[in-house]
Amino acid sequence: MINILHEFLSVLLSTLRDVFPIIFIIVFFQLFIIRRAFSNFKSLMIGMIYVILGMSFFLVGLDKALFPLGAVMAEQLTSPEFIQPSTDQSISIHWQDYMWVYIFGACIGFATTLAEPALIAVAIKAEQISAGGIKAWYLRLAVSIGVSFGIALGTYRIVTGIDLYLFIITGYIVVIIQTFYAPKLIVGLAYDSGGVTTSTVTVPLVTALGIGLASNIPGRDPLLDGFGLIAFASLFPIMAVLAYAQFADWLTRRSTINTPDKGN
Amino acid sequence: MKNKFVQQLLGSFSDLLPIFVVIFVFQVFILRQPVPNLTDITIGIIFVVLGLALFIQGLEKSLFPIGETMAYAFAKKNSLLWLLIFAFSLGFGTTAAEPALIAVADEAARIAAEGGMIGNTLSEKNNYALGLRFTVAFSVGFAILLGVIRIIRGWPLHYLIIPGYIGVVIMTAFAPDTIIGIAYDSGGVTTSTITVPLVTALGVGLASAISGRNPMTDGFGLIAFASLTPMIFVMAYGMIL
Repeated sequence: MINILHEFLSVLLSTLRDVFPIIFIIVFFQLFIIRRAFSNFKSLMIGMIYVILGMSFFLVGLDKALFPLGAVMAEQLTSPEFIQPSTDQSISIHWQDYMWVYIFGACIGFATTLAEPALIAVAIKAEQISAGGIKAWYLRLAVSIGVSFGIALGTYRIVTGIDLYLFIITGYIVVIIQTFYAPKLIVGLAYDSGGVTTSTVTVPLVTALGIGLASNIPGRDPLLDGFGLIAFASLFPIMAVLAYAQFADWLTRRSTINTPDKGN
Repeated sequence: MKNKFVQQLLGSFSDLLPIFVVIFVFQVFILRQPVPNLTDITIGIIFVVLGLALFIQGLEKSLFPIGETMAYAFAKKNSLLWLLIFAFSLGFGTTAAEPALIAVADEAARIAAEGGMIGNTLSEKNNYALGLRFTVAFSVGFAILLGVIRIIRGWPLHYLIIPGYIGVVIMTAFAPDTIIGIAYDSGGVTTSTITVPLVTALGVGLASAISGRNPMTDGFGLIAFASLTPMIFVMAYGMIL
C-alpha cells in the first residue's frame, strides 16, 4: 500500500511538471496580453485538479495493471519458443509463423485506441459542434479499426523486413485520393484523428511489441526495425475515418433518393 | 452531480474493458500462463477507470473552456501578432517537455552514436538528444502557428497537408536510413493527452469566433499539422548532423 502511495505521488509530481509549461503559458497570456481575470475561476481550478489527478491515477493504474503484463506478453508471443518455426533452418522464417503476433497487434491496437483519453476528447468535441451529426462512439470505433489494421500491417512489415517508406508513401497516396472524394466536413477531423490515436496507452504497448519482434527475428535490428509502428498507427485511422464518412454519406444519399420514390 | 460521476465511471469502465479482455484472453488461452499479481492488477484497474473518469470530467470543466474562451478573447482583441505568438508558444512549450518525446530523443541519440554519426560520448549524445527535442518542439510550434493562420484565412486543409506529404516523401529520399523510422514515429508522439484537448478547443473556438468560418471544416486540423511537421524537421535534423 505504501508502495502504491509512493508511486502515485511521484507520478503526480511528474504530471504536475508536464502540465506546468501549459499552465504558465495560459496564465501569462491571459493576464498580460488578454488582460482579463479568468471567468469561472473556481470551476476551472476544480477542472484542472480533476485533469491532473485523473492523469496520475490513469498512469499509475496502467503501470500496475497493463504495461508489465502487456510487455511480457509481447515478448512471449514473439519469442522463438512460442513461434516454433515450421522449418528447421533457423535462418529462414515464414511470415505465417507470426500469425498470433498480427492478431495480438490488431486486438491490442483496437482496444488501447478505444481507451485513449485524447481521442475521447476530440470525439466529444466533434459530436458537440456537429450537433450530433458525428457520433463520438462511431468516430472512436472507426479510428480504432484503423489503428488495429495499421498495427497488424506494421508487425507484418517488421517480420518481412519490407521498407517502411514504401507503406507510408502508398498510404499517403490513398489518403490524398480519399480526400478528394470524402465529404468536406470530415477532412479536418480525419487528419486530426491520425495524430491523437497514439499517446498514453497505445505507445508503450505497441513499442514493446515492435522492439520484441525486431529483436527476436534474425536479421532485424531492434533499433532500426522496431520503430515505425506508431507511424502506421497514425496513418491508417485517417483512411478509416475518411472511409467511414464516405460510407455514412453514401447511406444518407441512398435514403434521400429512396424517400421520394416511396412518396410516388 | 454524484449520479453523473457514477455514470462517468461506468462509461470509463466500458471504454477500458476491451483492453482487459484482450490481455486476459491472450494470457490465459493463447500463451496459457497464469495471471500474476492479482491484487496489483485489481488495484491498477480501479486506478485506471477512476483516472479516466476524472480526466474526462475535468476536461469539460477546464481544458475545453480555457481553449475556447482564449480563442474568443484573441479574436475580439484583433491582434494577429499576439495570437500567433500564443499559438507558437503553446506548441513549443508543451512539446519541449513532453516525456514521450524525451524518450524517443534519447533512443535516437543512441542509434546515431552506434551508427557513427556522432561520437559515442555522453555529452555528445545528450547534445544530440537535446537538439532533436528542440527541433521537434520548434516544428510543433510552427505547425500550430501555421494552422492558426490557415483557420484565419480559411484555406482548405489539404492545400497544406498534401505539400506536407510531398515534403515528407522528398526528405525520405535524402535522409539517412537510421533516422527515418524515428522521424516517422516522432510525428505520432508529439501531441500529448493534455495538449490535444486544449489545441482542439483553440482551433474550434477560433473557427466559431471568426465570421465566415465553419468550426467543423476549419476548426480541426491543428493536430494534423503538429504530427506532420516533426517528420520533416527530424529528417532535416538527421541530414544536417
